[in-house]
Amino acid sequence: MVLLTRKIEFAASHLYHNPNLSAEENRRIFGKCNNPHGHGHNYTLEVTVEGEPDPVTGMVLDLKELKEILEREIMQRMDHRHLNYEVAELAGKIPTCENIAQVIWQLLEPKITQGRLHRVRLYESPDLFADCFRNGAGAAGKS
Amino acid sequence: MSDALRIELGRRYRFSAAHRLHSPQLSEEENCRVFGKCNNPHGHGHNYVVEVSMSGDVDPATGMIANLADLDAFVERQVLEEFDHKSLNDDVPAFREKVPTTENLCIEIYQRLKSFSQGEARAHPRPGDWKQ
Repeated sequence: MVLLTRKIEFAASHLYHNPNLSAEENRRIFGKCNNPHGHGHNYTLEVTVEGEPDPVTGMVLDLKELKEILEREIMQRMDHRHLNYEVAELAGKIPTCENIAQVIWQLLEPKITQGRLHRVRLYESPDLFADCFRNGAGAAGKS
Repeated sequence: MSDALRIELGRRYRFSAAHRLHSPQLSEEENCRVFGKCNNPHGHGHNYVVEVSMSGDVDPATGMIANLADLDAFVERQVLEEFDHKSLNDDVPAFREKVPTTENLCIEIYQRLKSFSQGEARAHPRPGDWKQ
């Protein structure tokens, strides 16, 4: 099995706020991420697909097709958007790295028909990221 | 969260420290042969990167596996304050007996971080992949 990873970047704004919590609790839990007018990040998304290279093309999947899927499903949906207000799949969720990575997995998984989605890694900054795996896969094994 | 998916939170921290690889159980020649220039008597330094991975359920109220501010404060207290701009051999008791290789450093950091818990979150530090 070979793992093939493609990386894209998008920029988006967000804020962390749970309407079921008091203003004080929101501030305590989320800190400056709770600032009411939001803030932004340059996100880096790594999408890893697993599979066997096709003996004719040497490819796990057609990279051009993957690029088009990422453009359609992620870039058009999230790039230069406000994640709280403009991304329907995140409605009612706090747009943390963990939740965005999971939504990205759910968007991409059914669209990837050559090979199989192995991992979604979303960086909010070079030092903070979330990984989404199929349960039983990944670095730490089954949890 | 879907039962079929698993989420991990990754966080990287950096510190700079001096060390020397030397085992009192080996002769001078053996130390020199095994550790090469890492055995130079006055030590040398690296910029270390510690990658900590947290697994667990995403709390629906916060969208988080672990509160980042709490994790940062814990790592600062348990690791960075003790290691950053220190000599690992001289300033960290664990390395008075053990050679401060990346492998042993990784074990020591894991021991220091494993007690961090928040809900079901668990720490899986993967430190020191890069030494510079």
